[in-house]
Amino acid sequence: MAVSDKSAALATAGARERAAHYLVSRHRFRPAEALPWLLAIAAFFLFPDRMTFGNQALIMVMFALSLDLILGYAGIVSLGHAAFFGVGAYTVGLLIARLGWSEPLSSLVAAAAMAGLTGFVTGWFILRYRGLTVIMLTLATAIMLQEAGNLRSDISGGYDGLPGLVISPLFGVFDYDLYGHVNYLYVLGVLAVIFYIVRRIVYSPFGQALTGIRENVRRMNAIGSPVHRRLVTVYTISAAIAGIAGALFTQTNAYVTLTVFDFDNSAKVMVMLILGGTGRLYGAFIGAVVYMVLEDHLSKLSPTFWQFGIGLLLILAVLFAPRGLLGLAEDVVRRDRPRREARARRLVFKREDWNALTVSALDGAMIGFIAGFAVNFGQTDLMSEYITSLPGRVLVFAGFGAVIAASINVVYLALTRRVAAEDRVP
Amino acid sequence: MPQYANIAVSILFDGLAYAMFLFITSVGLSVTMGLMNFVNLAHGAFAMVGGYIVVSLTRSYGVGFIPSLIIAAVLVALISVRFERRLYRRFYRATDLEQVLLTIGLAFMAIATFTYFYGPIPKSVPLPDWLQGSVNLGFRSFPAYRVFMIAVGAALIAVLWYGFERTNIGAMIRAAVDNRRMAESIGINVDRLFTLTFALGSGLAALGGGLAIQLLGLNPNFALLYLVLFLIVVAVGGLGSLKGTLLAALVLGIIDTAGKYLLADAGGFFIYAVTVIVLLIKPAGFYGRE
Amino acid sequence: MTDAVLDVRGLNRSFGALKVTRDVDLILERGARRALIGPNGAGKTTLVNLITGLLKPSSGSVSLDGVDITALSQAQRARRGVARTFQINQLFRGLTVLENLCLAIGERDGHCNNLWRATGGRRVVIDEALDHLASLRLVEDALKLVRELPYGRQRLVEIAIALAQKPRVLLLDEPAAGVPSSETHLILDVVANLDPDIAILIIEHDMDVVFRFARKITVLVAGAIFTEGTPHEIMANEQVRAVYLGQEGHRVGGGARHG
Repeated sequence: MAVSDKSAALATAGARERAAHYLVSRHRFRPAEALPWLLAIAAFFLFPDRMTFGNQALIMVMFALSLDLILGYAGIVSLGHAAFFGVGAYTVGLLIARLGWSEPLSSLVAAAAMAGLTGFVTGWFILRYRGLTVIMLTLATAIMLQEAGNLRSDISGGYDGLPGLVISPLFGVFDYDLYGHVNYLYVLGVLAVIFYIVRRIVYSPFGQALTGIRENVRRMNAIGSPVHRRLVTVYTISAAIAGIAGALFTQTNAYVTLTVFDFDNSAKVMVMLILGGTGRLYGAFIGAVVYMVLEDHLSKLSPTFWQFGIGLLLILAVLFAPRGLLGLAEDVVRRDRPRREARARRLVFKREDWNALTVSALDGAMIGFIAGFAVNFGQTDLMSEYITSLPGRVLVFAGFGAVIAASINVVYLALTRRVAAEDRVP
Repeated sequence: MPQYANIAVSILFDGLAYAMFLFITSVGLSVTMGLMNFVNLAHGAFAMVGGYIVVSLTRSYGVGFIPSLIIAAVLVALISVRFERRLYRRFYRATDLEQVLLTIGLAFMAIATFTYFYGPIPKSVPLPDWLQGSVNLGFRSFPAYRVFMIAVGAALIAVLWYGFERTNIGAMIRAAVDNRRMAESIGINVDRLFTLTFALGSGLAALGGGLAIQLLGLNPNFALLYLVLFLIVVAVGGLGSLKGTLLAALVLGIIDTAGKYLLADAGGFFIYAVTVIVLLIKPAGFYGRE
Repeated sequence: MTDAVLDVRGLNRSFGALKVTRDVDLILERGARRALIGPNGAGKTTLVNLITGLLKPSSGSVSLDGVDITALSQAQRARRGVARTFQINQLFRGLTVLENLCLAIGERDGHCNNLWRATGGRRVVIDEALDHLASLRLVEDALKLVRELPYGRQRLVEIAIALAQKPRVLLLDEPAAGVPSSETHLILDVVANLDPDIAILIIEHDMDVVFRFARKITVLVAGAIFTEGTPHEIMANEQVRAVYLGQEGHRVGGGARHG
C-alpha cells in the first residue's frame, strides 16, 4: 500500500512539474520562429525585382496580424477592419498633401495615434454588444468613414485619391529607390517591431484574458474580469496597428484613394487570416503571403475564377479546416493516434453514404437543369459551338451539376470520417 | 406646385418605391434570422439570382415580365429549400464567424458564376407598355414603374400581414421567433417551419431582385452591394419582426433617397449614420427582442 | 454573535407581470453551510443570479460584509469575493485546465491588466493554480483541454475556479447536476471539505447531499421564502413535505438513513 501511495505521489509531482514547465516556457522563442524572418530576408536577395510585391505582402501580414488580435484572440467579428487601415493611410496622405509633412517615422506614429483613437471611440460604443449588432456596426463604421471621405472629396481627393505623395528619406539618410529596396527593409523593420509587441501582448496575462473572453464571456464576468475594458483596449491596439499598416501602404505606394475603406479590403484580410489560421500569431504570416502569391498569379488569369476560388476556399475552410493552414500543418506534425485510425476507416462507404451521394447528385442535376434553361450563352463561347440546341444544353448542365455535387460529397464524407473524433463546433 | 413641395413629393414618392424594394427583399432575411439566429450573408445573392432569371426568361425566351417575376420567385424558393436542408442546417449551432464565412463564400461563388455567364455589364429587362412612361395621379405625374412597385409592395404587405397575424402558421412563426424552445415543447415543428419561411423569404428576395432591375440596374455585384442595405434594414428593424422591417425600410429608404436628392454622390452617408444611432440606442432594432 | 457576511434584505424581482422573487431576506454568516431547496421553478437560480449581480433587483438590497453592493456589476461583486458555479458548466473549454485556473487567479489579483510580462514569468500564480488542482486531485489533468475531460471532472474544474477566486461567499448551483452517479462522490467530498471560513450556499435537489452538507436549510417556494430551519426541523415539517419533499417520496427514507 505505502509503496503505491508513494509512487502515486511521485507521479503527481511529476505531472505538476510538467504542467508548470509548459506554462513557464511557452513564451520563450523557439528556433522555428526565426524561419519566417529568414525567409523574408532571403526574399530580399533572391527576388530583387519583386520588391514592390514583397512590400504589399508584408503590409498585408501586418494588417492580418492586427485583425488576429481582435478576431483570433478576443473573438470579435469585424467586417470593417479596413476602417482603421484607411484612417492610417489617409493620415499619412493628408499630412503630406495638406500639411507638407513627409517625415516617415513620425507620420507612422501619427497614423497609429489617429487610428487608435478611432478604434477607441468606436470600440467603446460597439463593444457593449455582441453578435449581429457588432458585425453591423463595424461594417457601418468603415462605410461611414468612406462616405465621409466622399462628402469632403475636396480634402480627401475622393475616389481619385491623393496622388504623388513623396516621403522624405528615412532617418534623413536613406532615400527611397524606384525598385522598393529601401522600402522593403523599412517595412520589414517596422513589422518586426510590431510583431514583437503583439507577441508579448499575446503571451501576457492580458492576452490570456482575451482568450478567456473569446471562450466564455459569462465565466469571465463571474470571475470578476472587466470585460468591456479589456475588449476596448485590444480593439484600440488592433486599430493602431492596422493604421500603421495603412500608413505604410500610402508611404510605399505614394498614393492613396478612398478604396482603402472598401468592404473588399476588410473581407480580404479576413480571408487571409482564416486561410492561415486564427489565434496563432504565424497564421497571419502564412495566410497573407499565400493569399497574395495566389492572387498575384491567379487573379491575372481570370478575376472571375479568382473570386469563385476565394468563395470556395471560404466554404472549404469552414467545413474542413477551421483552424487554417497552420492548424492542418499542426495536425500532420502531431500525428495523433486516433486520427491515424480514423484515416484507416476513411475509405469504407456505408449504405447511407450511397444514399447521400445519390441525393446530392440529384440536387446537382436539378440545379444544372434549371441553369441550363436560364443561362444566356452569349457570354461563354466554349460550349455554343458544340451544343446549340436547348435540350442538349440542359442535359449537359444537369450532368455537370450531378458530377460536381457528387464529387463534393465524396470529398466531404472522406474528410469528415477523418476528423470525426474532433470537437469542431465549440 | 411650389418648388420645394415638388421636391419633397418626389423624395417621398421615390423613397417609398425604394422602401418597397427594401422591404420585399429584406423581410425574408429578418424572419429567418430572427427564427434561426443564422447570419445569412448570401441573401443578396438570392435576390441577384432572381433578377438574372427574370432577365433570361424575358430576353431569351420571351416570357412576359410579370410571369417571369413569379416564376423566378418560385424557382429560387425551391432551390433555397435544397440549400437549407443540405448545407445551412449543419451550421445553425456554429459560431457567428463560421456562418459569416460560409455565406460570404457562397455569395462570392454566386457572383463569380454569374459574372462568368452574364458578364459584368448591367442588364435591363424589356417592360410591357403599361409599365413604361408616366401615370397621372391628379396633382402630378409619376413614373408608372414606381407606382407599380409601390402597389406591389402594398399588396405584399397586406398579404404578409394577414398571413403573419391572422393565420395559424403566422402565429407559429411568431411564437418560434419569440421563444424557440418553448414553441418546440408545445409541438411546433420548428425545423419544417424554418424551411418554409426560408423558402418564402428567398422567393421574396428573388422577386425583389427582379423588381430592382428597372429601378437600380442589375449586375453580379448587386449581391454584395445591396446586401449591406438588407442587413441594415434587418438590424434596424429588429430580427423577426414584420413591423420592424417595414418601419426600417420606410425610414431608411426615404432618408437615403433624400440624401441622394439633396447631396448627390455624398448623400450615402446618412443612411449609415441613422443606422448607427438607432443601434446604439436600441441594439436590437426598433422591434427586436432582447 | 456570528457576523453576517452576506445580507440580503427585501429582494424583489419581476419579469413584466411575473414576480419571480418576492421579498426575500437571507443572511449568511461566516462559515455558513446553507442549502437552498424548493420545487422546480421556485426561483432558486434567479435568487443566486440576483445575489451575484447577473440580474438587478426591482427592489431590495444585497450587502457584503456590511457594504451595500446592490449597485455593483457582477464582475465588481466577484472581485469583492462573491463566487459562484453555474448549473451548467461555464468553463473555458478550449483552454487547458491549468489555464482556466490561472485566469481566475490572474483576474483576482489584477495580473490580467499586464500586457507585457508573460504569464510564464509569474511562477507564483502557476504554483497557486497547481495547489488548487492538487486539492481537487486534478493535477493529472492540468494540461488537458477542458472539453476533453469527462463531465464529472469538468464539474470539479468549475468548483476549482470558484475556489481560486478566494471568495468570502460561495454559491454553488446544483454542483452534482449532470454528473454520473459513479462520480458524484468526488463532488461531495470536495464540498464537504471546503474552507470552514467561507460562507456557502448550495442549491441542490439531491437530499442526500443536502443532509450531509447543510447546517441550515432555506426552502424557497414560488419566489418567496417558505421556511427555514435545521435539517431535522425541515424533515419533520409536514408542510415542507407536502410542498416539496412529498414529490420526492423515494428520497424521504434517504434522509433518515444519514441522520
